[in-house]
Amino acid sequence: MIRLEDLTKTFETPNGVVVAADKVNMEVPTGEICILLGPSGCGKTTALKMINRLIQPTSGKIYINGEDTSKLNDIEHRRKIGYVIQQIGLFPNMTIEENICVVPKLLGWDMKKARTRAAELLDLVGLDAKQFLKRYPKELSGGQQQRVGVIRALAADPPVMLMDEPFGAIDPINREIIQDEFLKMQAELKKTIMFVSHDIDEAVKMGDKVAIFRAGRIEQYDSPDQILAHPANPFVADFVGADRTLKRLRLVSAEEVADADAPVAARSAKVADLSQRLSSAGARIAVIIDSDHHPVGYVTLDEIAGATGSVAEFAHPLPATVPIRADLRAVVSEMFAHDTMWLACTDDTGRYAGVVSQPAVTAALRATYTDADAA
Amino acid sequence: MTQTSSLGRNTALLAVFLLGIWVSASGLLGQISDHWDDIVYLSQQHVFLVATSGGAAILVGVPVGIWLSRPAMERHAETVMQVFNIGTTIPTLAVIALSMTFLGIGFPPAFFGLFVASLLPIVRNTYAGLLAVPSHLKEAATGMGMTQTQILWRVELPNALYVIFSGVRTALAINVGTTPLAFLIGGGGLGELIFTGIDLMDPGMLLAGAVPTALLAVLVDFLMGQAQLRLIPKGVNPLR
Repeated sequence: MIRLEDLTKTFETPNGVVVAADKVNMEVPTGEICILLGPSGCGKTTALKMINRLIQPTSGKIYINGEDTSKLNDIEHRRKIGYVIQQIGLFPNMTIEENICVVPKLLGWDMKKARTRAAELLDLVGLDAKQFLKRYPKELSGGQQQRVGVIRALAADPPVMLMDEPFGAIDPINREIIQDEFLKMQAELKKTIMFVSHDIDEAVKMGDKVAIFRAGRIEQYDSPDQILAHPANPFVADFVGADRTLKRLRLVSAEEVADADAPVAARSAKVADLSQRLSSAGARIAVIIDSDHHPVGYVTLDEIAGATGSVAEFAHPLPATVPIRADLRAVVSEMFAHDTMWLACTDDTGRYAGVVSQPAVTAALRATYTDADAA
Repeated sequence: MTQTSSLGRNTALLAVFLLGIWVSASGLLGQISDHWDDIVYLSQQHVFLVATSGGAAILVGVPVGIWLSRPAMERHAETVMQVFNIGTTIPTLAVIALSMTFLGIGFPPAFFGLFVASLLPIVRNTYAGLLAVPSHLKEAATGMGMTQTQILWRVELPNALYVIFSGVRTALAINVGTTPLAFLIGGGGLGELIFTGIDLMDPGMLLAGAVPTALLAVLVDFLMGQAQLRLIPKGVNPLR
């Protein structure tokens, strides 16, 4: 857990006193990622750097796991915190192994243990230890370097990590991949992370909580969904963008809005039975599945009403299917691409898992507003 | 850069080779070899002067460069560098002459003059090399919990090493080339053969001093180049 209490930083400049952080109060629960978000010069990086004292706070307290850090010596304190910067900062004079072993070595670990740890961590981010341990940073691509930058911070297994726009310098495609990898890692490691970003999409994707900064103050500190759905003030609303409701699509998975009980039928089923089932359920379509439970097509009630024969004769191919784990943004994008009001979902093995419809999606987005209105 | 320096080396070698052909053809080789005992003795003196004054310049120059690059010196470093710069605009001959006036003749003033002449490139390159270490590396190192001393030894110096080495290489090249002047204040070295050869209009004696001096300069530069290639870690060595 990281807790900031009235954290303040002022700089004396020739043009007067500049307040970079103004009584920042926040708490990041253990195992969560908190994104500090805001335009440049808003004080988010200052706030982050005060935690590992790269910038000395003017006043205020920082607690890590309940311990007041002002009593600790700077050097010892920093060694207990993982730190990742945008420029990566791998030391070019050291091999990847030496880079990863920097903090373990500072902490006086046995070198053998540190090396084993380095190899383990490389495997964790999908880099072949044999191939990479003895290379130098300049022999790696940008994406590979940033992965090493992240695992270097994890080397001594610190409970807390500070990340200053860690994925800011990577191209958009690799950034998505590294973000996904990082989230997967975090799901296992459960570090408490402060993460500076200026990208609302990244914040929504990575953050359990998001703190929006302006001029050294926190404008809103909330879950990404709350910030998008209920911006506290016009600044936040403006910062998260006019399309903030669309951004919320990312936060919901298809699973949460899919109708798992939507009617399905085997290929060999009789249309007469199916049309009766559909009418009584008030449904207009049914997904057809094969013997392995994979969705293979659909029929509409209009076409099968009063007809006879097997379902297979009336089947239309499915325009597309989406994985049930996909977020709604991907689902809606598929719907628009195929000009359809609904899509069949599949689970990890490709089996049918339900149907997502546009009304269900909009209802999910609206729910949070009606809840708030009712309250 | 590698290309130009190897080109320079090759040209120098070629020139020495052609000189050798001419020298042996014109019968000068015989005249040069008459001075063999002198060449051996004076070369030793020459090398000793280069090694001591160059070594002292490294031992003093690198720490001074480090000291100037420390944040505490930030405001004064440029001023100090300007003093060093003005120091180098004084011709080496003048420095040697000046040092003779208060150190007398012999080894001490020669040592001092050469030391001063070699100092600047080493200080300047150490200072500039350390300042050129990207600040994000220092930030990462600080953030990871390194002490200032650890940052200097593990991050700053290794990353500045190539530039520092270049400074040392330049300094030694200047040093070897300037050492013949040491003879003028009784410091010995191959200058003795060169200047005496000029005075006596004896080309054989002149060359007996000049050729070994040239060879020595090429040799020192070659050794420094090899050291630069091999001693500097692969990750920060543009030559590898």
